[in-house]
Amino acid sequence: MIFLNQIVQGVLLGGYYALIACSLSFLFGVMRIVNLAHGSLAVLAAFMLFVLADRAGLSPWLGLIFAVPAMALVGWLLQVAVLERSLRSGLLVPLLSTFGLAIVLDNLLFEQFGADTRSLSPYIGDLSFDSWSLTDDITVGRLDVLMLCVAVALLGGLNLFLARTRLGRAIRATAEDPEVVGLIGINAHRVYAVATAVAMALAAVAGAFLAMRTTFDPYSGGAQLIFAFETVVIGGFGSLWGTLAGGVVLGVAQNLGAFISPHLFLIAGHVVFLAALVARVWLSGRNLRWLRVRAA
Amino acid sequence: MTILSVEALDARHGLLQAVRGVSLALAEGETLALVGANGAGKTTLLRCIAGAHRATAGRVTFAGDDVTALPAHRRVQRGIALVPEGRRLFAGMTVADNLRAAAGRGRAGNWTLERVMATFPQLAPKLHARAGDLSGGQQQAVAIGRALMTNPRLLLLDEVSLGLSPVAVDAVYESLRALLGGGATVVLVEQDLARALRVADRVVCLLEGRVVYTGAARDTTREQVMAAYFGLREGRA
Amino acid sequence: MTQITVQRWTPAAIAFALAIAVVLAVLAAGPLIFPAGFTERLTALFVYVILGAMWNALAGYSGLVSVGQQAFFGLGAFVAILLSNAGVPVYAALLLAALAVGVLSLPIGEVMLRLRGGEFAIGMWVLAELAHLLVNLDPLVNGETGTSLIALDAVPAAARRADTYWCALAAMTALLGIVFLLLRGRIGASLQAVRDDEQAAASVGVRVLATKRVVFVLAAAGCALAGALWLATAITFQPRAYFSVQWTAYMIFITLVGGIGTFEGPVLGAVIFFAVETLFGALGVWYLVGLGAAALLFALFAPRGLWGAAQRRYDLRLLPLGFHVVLPTTGRIIR
Repeated sequence: MIFLNQIVQGVLLGGYYALIACSLSFLFGVMRIVNLAHGSLAVLAAFMLFVLADRAGLSPWLGLIFAVPAMALVGWLLQVAVLERSLRSGLLVPLLSTFGLAIVLDNLLFEQFGADTRSLSPYIGDLSFDSWSLTDDITVGRLDVLMLCVAVALLGGLNLFLARTRLGRAIRATAEDPEVVGLIGINAHRVYAVATAVAMALAAVAGAFLAMRTTFDPYSGGAQLIFAFETVVIGGFGSLWGTLAGGVVLGVAQNLGAFISPHLFLIAGHVVFLAALVARVWLSGRNLRWLRVRAA
Repeated sequence: MTILSVEALDARHGLLQAVRGVSLALAEGETLALVGANGAGKTTLLRCIAGAHRATAGRVTFAGDDVTALPAHRRVQRGIALVPEGRRLFAGMTVADNLRAAAGRGRAGNWTLERVMATFPQLAPKLHARAGDLSGGQQQAVAIGRALMTNPRLLLLDEVSLGLSPVAVDAVYESLRALLGGGATVVLVEQDLARALRVADRVVCLLEGRVVYTGAARDTTREQVMAAYFGLREGRA
Repeated sequence: MTQITVQRWTPAAIAFALAIAVVLAVLAAGPLIFPAGFTERLTALFVYVILGAMWNALAGYSGLVSVGQQAFFGLGAFVAILLSNAGVPVYAALLLAALAVGVLSLPIGEVMLRLRGGEFAIGMWVLAELAHLLVNLDPLVNGETGTSLIALDAVPAAARRADTYWCALAAMTALLGIVFLLLRGRIGASLQAVRDDEQAAASVGVRVLATKRVVFVLAAAGCALAGALWLATAITFQPRAYFSVQWTAYMIFITLVGGIGTFEGPVLGAVIFFAVETLFGALGVWYLVGLGAAALLFALFAPRGLWGAAQRRYDLRLLPLGFHVVLPTTGRIIR
């Protein structure tokens, strides 16, 4: 039963991974850019919430009201100042520029906040430790359940947004052919800016849950980027729901690894990721266009 | 009334000059056929008018305003729509979404999904199919419908018959006839000379980026155009 | 009829080759003439040159942006310790470690080289993380406690310093020589074709994967040798320090600032990095912010780097890498 508990906890953890992964995957789908500063930007959002809670006494939930639009603005600036120019300069430049940005962000955060690990868990009251007992051996944390629900809701919402709204259609059309959208009156640069803003707003939510469920420090961004990327690869770039499945597989693998030995938590995740990679290379039917959502 | 005028337009692809000093004017309601051999600069000229290709010199005036500096999406708002060569649909999206993506982006007007369906009845059963899964003729109809959804005052059609079966070409032109007869302003690039002379009011022939012939379609013979086409003699430039 | 000649050895290139020979001769006498501290710093510079040249071979010539070369850097150091502990003479262990990591990179490349762009970048990073975690599992290393290259501890400091210096100088010269020969040979043309347009290169018969494989293995072995040399100067091995993504940040800085895709660029970049580190390294965090910002700004506004820009501006060709067409009437040189 302890074994089963590990699986349940892994599924719940998968919710977090899906959250942090969906915006990485979304941005890649729209602009074909892998944003290497993605994790660092999520950590930036976590620090925003921490400052709001610590200095202004604002609960993280209320803090999100500020952090989500603030991160959307950061996303818009990111597009205008960095990605727009990078996109024009070839395939390597977006990787190099976003990696440089990640180094700058991480170290500025370190300069500002030092090496201490922080957490938002003291600011969310009972939610940080309350749990429901399903059986004698299986208890699920309320926060973890909430996180999974938020992940499902956001993924579903994003899916609906892309399938049903005017802006969603513009984003999908731009992802398919950024030149032709100009011929039907869509400004591709604007769509990119909006998509980056949406991605960063999602990253803010992911950063909030990172900070609530565990501790973080200025250099946590790299690990979050890796988790997000592993989730996307395991999920198979297929669909937003594939992202959720990828997160669950990663979470379960890590928890089962930890079940064998505490050292194996991260290793098991990386191994499953590499296995997925090898499998994909062998199958090599690579279809990266999950934005081709069909309106049901 | 002149709706479009192009003055001394130059355009390049890198070192290659594709359009050289082209000038032409178009009256509202007129249908102009652009003809010429492959590489004569027809597509580049259309793309310059639509704003998809930046002209290196010259001026494009539309409805009295200089639009030379405007990007494509701003020209769509003024009422210029290009149906690009090769159709370029959003292949992963449904027919309905391809059309809806263009809705409300251009001018105000009365083109709706229903009206496109009425104009291209062959699309009605395919409304929720993936655009990439349609036949060539159906895809061309979607591409034209997508442009119409922006309620253009000027419709630019680039090789609508390219790669289509003769039957499909007939069907597309059959649907277009209502538009062409209904007072729409159209510039079309068409390889089939007989068809171009039949549907257009005026014919312009390009050779190596220059206008070498221009004349009213009803006064133009096939031989005149062919001579200009191969540069055998200068037409009335 | 005008006579067009094709040159490889321009006069400037001949002069430059001679200059290189002189510089190398002076450097070879280094430990005999330089103060101890400077000898040690120069050893570090040689390691930076190696890292820059290896990363540039990947990114500048094959379009592979790796964020995980620290995997090979760390493994090089770790394998050197294993070999040395097993009784292999310590400097031989450094070289053998690099070769062993090169062999290990073969199967890794089989999977990784099929990834594109960002996938390759982060995939390599995951690999580095995994290598770090696995090395931590070794009871000898015992997590982050680390271990050291015990065999070198026994050698007197002065002898150790000089030997390590010569090894680093030899390694740098040899690796730069290999890169140079690769670029000059058939594979150089293939590499640039691959970087510019992979599909087009494949369509004219360039064996894309095979070409990338050569560079990947070279870069793995080169970074491993750099790691092993770093170990020989530092003696101690703490996994966190060797498997840090900061090494990638250094490599990117060196390559971007120096000039990505040029042979000379990373050498120039390493010298600049070395100077910046010497001057500003003590600033700690702000120094790292500066490195990241420089990489970001160069990527966005000066993607050719300093050497690339100078080459363009002054029509410099110091190494006989390209072919140059000389028109006799004007004396103008067309690259």
